[in-house]
Amino acid sequence: MLLEIKGLDVDFPTRRGTVKAARAVSLTVEPGEVLGLVGESGAGKSTIGNAIMGLLEKPGRVTAGEIVFQGQDIRGLPEDQMKKIRGDKIGMIFQDPQTSLNPLLTIGEQLVETIQKSLGLREKEAEVRAVELLESVGITHAQTRLKAYPHQFSGGMRQRVVIALALAGDPDLIIADEPTTALDVSIQAQILDLIKGLCRSRNLGVIIVTHDIGVIANIADRVAVMFRGEVVETGTVGQVLGAPKHEYTKSLIAAVPRADRKLDRFTSVDYIEGGAKPFQRIDVQTHWLGQAQDLKSPEGTAINVRNLELGFTLKKAIRRKNRVILKAVDDVSFDIREGETFGLVGESGSGKSTVARCIVRLYAPDGGVIRVMGRDLLTDPRAPETRAAKRSLQMIFQDPYSSLNGRMRVMDIVAEPMRSFGLTSGERETRKIVGDLLDHVGLGAEVALRYPHEFSGGQRQRISIARALASRPRILICDEPTSALDVSVQATILNLLKDLQDELGLTMLFISHDLPVIRQMCDRIAVMKDGRICEVSENEALFSNPSHPYTKHLLDLMPRMDLLQPAVA
Amino acid sequence: MFAFILRRLAQSILVMAVVSAIAFSLFNFVGDPVNNMVGQDATREDRVRIRQELGLDDPVLTQYVRFLGNAVQGEFGLSYRIKRPVDQLILERLPATLELVLVSAVIALVLGITAGVYTGIQRNSWFSRFILSSSLVGVSLPTFIIGIALIYIFAVYLRWLPSSGRGGVVDLGWWKTSFLTIDGWRAILLPALTLSLFQTTMILRLVRAEMLEVMQSDFIKFARARGLSERAINFGHALKNTLVPVITIIGINIGGLIAFSVITETVFQWPGTGLMFIQAVDFVDVPIMSAYLCFVALVFVIVNLVVDLMYFAIDPRIRIGAQ
Repeated sequence: MLLEIKGLDVDFPTRRGTVKAARAVSLTVEPGEVLGLVGESGAGKSTIGNAIMGLLEKPGRVTAGEIVFQGQDIRGLPEDQMKKIRGDKIGMIFQDPQTSLNPLLTIGEQLVETIQKSLGLREKEAEVRAVELLESVGITHAQTRLKAYPHQFSGGMRQRVVIALALAGDPDLIIADEPTTALDVSIQAQILDLIKGLCRSRNLGVIIVTHDIGVIANIADRVAVMFRGEVVETGTVGQVLGAPKHEYTKSLIAAVPRADRKLDRFTSVDYIEGGAKPFQRIDVQTHWLGQAQDLKSPEGTAINVRNLELGFTLKKAIRRKNRVILKAVDDVSFDIREGETFGLVGESGSGKSTVARCIVRLYAPDGGVIRVMGRDLLTDPRAPETRAAKRSLQMIFQDPYSSLNGRMRVMDIVAEPMRSFGLTSGERETRKIVGDLLDHVGLGAEVALRYPHEFSGGQRQRISIARALASRPRILICDEPTSALDVSVQATILNLLKDLQDELGLTMLFISHDLPVIRQMCDRIAVMKDGRICEVSENEALFSNPSHPYTKHLLDLMPRMDLLQPAVA
Repeated sequence: MFAFILRRLAQSILVMAVVSAIAFSLFNFVGDPVNNMVGQDATREDRVRIRQELGLDDPVLTQYVRFLGNAVQGEFGLSYRIKRPVDQLILERLPATLELVLVSAVIALVLGITAGVYTGIQRNSWFSRFILSSSLVGVSLPTFIIGIALIYIFAVYLRWLPSSGRGGVVDLGWWKTSFLTIDGWRAILLPALTLSLFQTTMILRLVRAEMLEVMQSDFIKFARARGLSERAINFGHALKNTLVPVITIIGINIGGLIAFSVITETVFQWPGTGLMFIQAVDFVDVPIMSAYLCFVALVFVIVNLVVDLMYFAIDPRIRIGAQ
């Protein structure tokens, strides 16, 4: 037994009373084993990692239980002894490789410093060791790379450096806190392979803390599921994911988007939302919201994009050939039919969000034509038809925290489009409709007087949706609408979007990096890479029979989900 | 890097051109220069002759170019009042101001950074709280009150230090320094302390705020998780990361110290350029005023250039990004 946690309690005393971040948590880790600690935000999974390291943020403290590491209870060990354990015995990997390295020191300086501290080597020896470490985590030309600064590495390479640093003291246990959450799918797969390989070859114990069931399915040997500070279920991966016993685990797994088949809706995830009141839906047929606009597209295409081009200047120069221009969008053309959900999928930097921003004219494209409901928004911008076409287009952004004005009440946020377009007969009707909208998206009319900061991420995204609906749009552009949210919340938001689409006959452009989400949401899908569209095809065809090599590559990288119980038909 | 410096230089020249235009216009807008030069009893013909001799009848642009040509060589003409070349006057007085600024900048940096780091790390100790609340005094009290209070305590009441002047000065031929005598050091202490107090508190608060932010960052947490010592974390990792914004402010402030030592120099009768400027304003001594204006602008431009170069030295993201 490498690590055994028995009945661990962690409390965070606050002004409003004590928050119990962990309650009676018991876990074990064997050498050469990967333990997955899975749960949603606020479940207390990171707290466990910090508690083991003795790095709980103030005022958090361990109030009960034991942390037995290699036969010694390290809970409450004095700081100078804990320092010898950190790095030397237990290493830690953090989520964001962009911020976990000191930007002002070279990789070599950071490695040598850590190696010297842990192993007491001289500088020359430490440098040799640093090179070995970098090579062992798959960094080539390690000797020259020692002199490089963190910003000269890509995200995935930086995470490798972080892993090398965590291994510098030759620890026996590694705690990896969301080690791949900030990375692209292809990089994620590589990093997970690396961690698993190191675990096996060095006989390390590894605790992977994550919210992502896919990561767990790929790397973990055993899983502990956390919910509200408690471990609700522990077992081997096959057992927990394939035949979950606890209600929470069941609903968590049901909420995970599946890539193997498309479902109409995500199955019930009520356990997580816990006591959310049933939606007070309005009858769309008779309501203001459903009063269809006479805006009809001539050919039945809601949006058509032809030869769209946009470049960002990375380096300015007077002479043309010295300029460095990044082609963010390169000759992109597609049509979105009325009433369908069109997916744009690609890794970060593929230009998918840029396309969306061009359509709503947050960016002015360098070339190409964009027609919304048959109208080019650039011609005759003041004509009533153009204004109507603009109004028919609404956007939902990725980050629910920064996309709502924190100084405005929910009422004013949602009412703003109606007031600005003059869609209602007066203030009284506006307020009534705002209430109905908030009811309809599942928040309840009474929240109108509150401010955005009082809401959780998922609730804020509902406010964003209500705001988007307030101009009676025909087209919704959703740019990664759920990637900042927990799986269970993601499932409810995606269900809401699907319901709204059915009721209102909306057209959707749905942008995501997440193939399973795209699989569940979209009718047709375009795959983007380096500003170009690789292929456009029907949902079913793309997943069962991809034609472009890049699509195949992406599909191969998707976390395997075969461990999960078969989807309910 | 080279292109960056060139660009900076071009911007600096533009700034200097604008300032010199303003300095030049002082001659024409602040009183009639001929009236300022000749006595009450000069005849009309005398005045016309002087105007012609000085080229004051030439087109404005010609005059400006002539002014620029002279200014670049450090020529700003004769002081109306003292009847001596302005550049000589400034050079004579510059050592006093520069020494004062140097001492107060060192005080501000040493005290400000140490106290800032301390209060940033020991956030809740009573000593940090004490430092922070007393630093409010430095921010809120105007310089002349601090100066007068210091004079009252140390010069009048305790009689430890002199209340005015430079004390013992050693003439090195090109530079008169007060660093070589004990008397000189005694004389510089009070004015330097007065001048530095505001800067100290500003640097202190800035370093503290940056420190608090950096201590929250992921790379500090990661350094902790690797078991590095507190000293390595605080000084090896955290302090250097706080310096970029701090240097910006320090750069601007040191320019400010030189330019605005006026009040301190007046309170302590310190024979520097600031005191000279104030006296020039009293007597509408336009050549000194315009020369001082150009001088202050030059100081700011140079300091900012140095600050930009220091970014290069400190932050590899700027250094390597530009190559």
